[in-house]
Amino acid sequence: MSKKVLVLGETREGALRNVSFEAIAAAKKISGGGEVVAVLLGESVSDFGNELVAYGADRVITVEHPHLKSYTSDGYGQAFMAVVDQEQPEAIVFGHTAVGKDLSPKIASKLQTGLISDVTDIEGEGDDAVFIRPIYSGKAFEKVKLKEDGVVFVTVRPNNIAPLEREERSGDVSSLSVDITNLRTIIKNVVRKSAEGVDLSEAKVIIAGGRGVKSKEGFEPLQELADLLGGAVGASRGACDADYCDYSLQIGQTGKVVTPDLYIAAGISGAIQHMAGMSNSKVIVAINKDPEANIFKVADYGIVGDLFDVIPLLTEEFKKVM
Amino acid sequence: MNIYVLVKRTFDTEEKLVVSGGQIQEDGAEFIINPYDEYAIEEAITVRDAHGGEVTVVTIGDEEAEKQLRTALAMGADKAVLINTEDDVEEMDQFTAAYILAEYLKDKEADLILAGNVAIDGGSGQVGPRVADLLDINYVTTITSLEIEGETVKIVRDIEGDAEELETSLPLLVTAQQGLNEPRYPSLPGIMKAKKKPLEELELDDLDIDEEDVEAKTETIEVYLPPKKEAGRILEGEIPSQVSELVSLLRSEAKVI
Repeated sequence: MSKKVLVLGETREGALRNVSFEAIAAAKKISGGGEVVAVLLGESVSDFGNELVAYGADRVITVEHPHLKSYTSDGYGQAFMAVVDQEQPEAIVFGHTAVGKDLSPKIASKLQTGLISDVTDIEGEGDDAVFIRPIYSGKAFEKVKLKEDGVVFVTVRPNNIAPLEREERSGDVSSLSVDITNLRTIIKNVVRKSAEGVDLSEAKVIIAGGRGVKSKEGFEPLQELADLLGGAVGASRGACDADYCDYSLQIGQTGKVVTPDLYIAAGISGAIQHMAGMSNSKVIVAINKDPEANIFKVADYGIVGDLFDVIPLLTEEFKKVM
Repeated sequence: MNIYVLVKRTFDTEEKLVVSGGQIQEDGAEFIINPYDEYAIEEAITVRDAHGGEVTVVTIGDEEAEKQLRTALAMGADKAVLINTEDDVEEMDQFTAAYILAEYLKDKEADLILAGNVAIDGGSGQVGPRVADLLDINYVTTITSLEIEGETVKIVRDIEGDAEELETSLPLLVTAQQGLNEPRYPSLPGIMKAKKKPLEELELDDLDIDEEDVEAKTETIEVYLPPKKEAGRILEGEIPSQVSELVSLLRSEAKVI
C-alpha cells in the first residue's frame, strides 16, 4: 500500500539543511509511490517551499507564527500535530538533528506509535521498508520495523541517505494557520560556539585533532585545511579535556557521531570511545607520530609523522590541485 | 524538592561485542550505569544538596540492575526503585519503557525528573521526552547547565554545538548532556551507606499495568556487526612525497575530494 508521508523540513542560518533533502529521499522510499508532503515551521519560511519541491516533495505545508521563530517542543509540537490532524499521514520522517531528536519522541508519544531513530539506511520500499540503525555507538547495527499497523515514524542520520537529484518541478505550497499557545519554555539567547557555516554533523570533510595538537593554537593549521576543503574541525575527548578546544567539537561516544566522506584524524590515538563517533566515515586518514596508534587500525590511509609537518603540507598540496 | 532520576544499566563500552543467533551476547560482559545517566544522578544530588528534598533513582530491568542502583545510592541518591519486568515483558522498546516509567511516576508529584539524553546501547534518546509527554510536563533535552531559583528554572542546552539559554518552570524533565557536571565516584562510606538505603522492587502488577498495554511498537529483526574493515595503507617515503601521494589517492582512488 502506498503511504502519505510527512517530512519536517529544517532551516539553519537562513537556508534549508541538507538533511531535509535526505529526509525527503527517505520519505519517497517509505511512501512506495504515495505522496510526500514536506512541512515547514517557523516565523517566515514559505520562501523555502519550492526548494523542497525541487528535491522531491509533492507538496509543502507551512505553518508560520511568531512563536515558531525559535524551536520549542511546545510550539513545534502544537504546529506539527495540527498538520498531522489535517493530513492524517501514514508515515513521518524527521532529520536526526537537535530539533528532530527533541521533537520526534513527543509526536510519537502523542500518536502512540513506535519511533525508529537515527536511521542510516532503508531496505525495501512502502510496506516492506526495513530500517537500519547503528547501536552500541556504531559497533553493531540492527534492522527494525514497525510491529503492527500504525504511523511509521523514523528520524534519519545526516549524511547517510542520498538526496534525490534537484530538478525544477511544481508542487503546491500552502499555509496552515495554527494557534500556538502556552509555551512553557522561553528561549533567551543562543550563543554560537560552533564554527560559522559548516555544521560538524553534516560536514562532508572533517579534520579532527587530538592531544597531539598540544594547544589551542595547534588547531589553527587544522582549521585552515578544513576551510580550504569546505569542511569542519572536530576533536577527540582528550583535546577537549585538555582545554585545547570547546566540547562542542567533541566527536565520540559522548559527543557527536559523524559520518563524513573524509575524516582526517590528526594526533588522535584512537580510543575506542572516539572510534565510536567516527568509524563509519567513508574514508579515514590517520596522521600520528606513533606507528602503533590504534587509529591506524580503522584508517584507510595512514601517515606516520608529526601533524605539524603533515597538515600544512597537505593544505599546500590541496591548494595546488583545487 | 522531589527529584527522580531515570537510569539504565548498559553494556560497558570497552567490551567487545559478540553477536550470535541475531543477538548481542551479554554473558560475562561488564555492565555500567549509562554514562549520560551518571551526569543526571550527579546533577540530582547537587540540586538536592542546594534545595533540600530527596533523590530517587528508578530503573527498569531484572535483578542484575540492582548493582547499578546501589552504585547510584553510593553516589548519594536517597532511594532506589527497580521495576522488574523479567517475568512480564519479553520485548521492550522505547514506548514500553516510557509507558512503564510514566505509570510509576504519575502519582509521585515529582518536581524534577532527570535522565541521560541518550543510552549508549540502544541510542534512541526517546524515553525521557516520551515520559514527559505522558506525564504532561515540560521537558528540555541535552542540558549543560541547570539553575533553579524558586519556581524558575534557568537552563543552558547544547544544540549541535551551540549553547541555547532558556527559562522554564517546575515540574520539569531534563536530559543530561556531557559537560553538565563531573560525576563523583562513590566514596567508601558512601558504598557502606548505600547497602542500607531503601531499594524497592516492583512488578507490572504493582503498577496496575497489563502486559498488553506495554507491548512494543517496534521489532528488531536482526542484529549484526559491521563488515570488517580491511587494513588500511600506511604510506611510506619522505613526508612531502607521502603527502602528495595521499592527495592523489584521495582524489583518484577514494574519490572523496
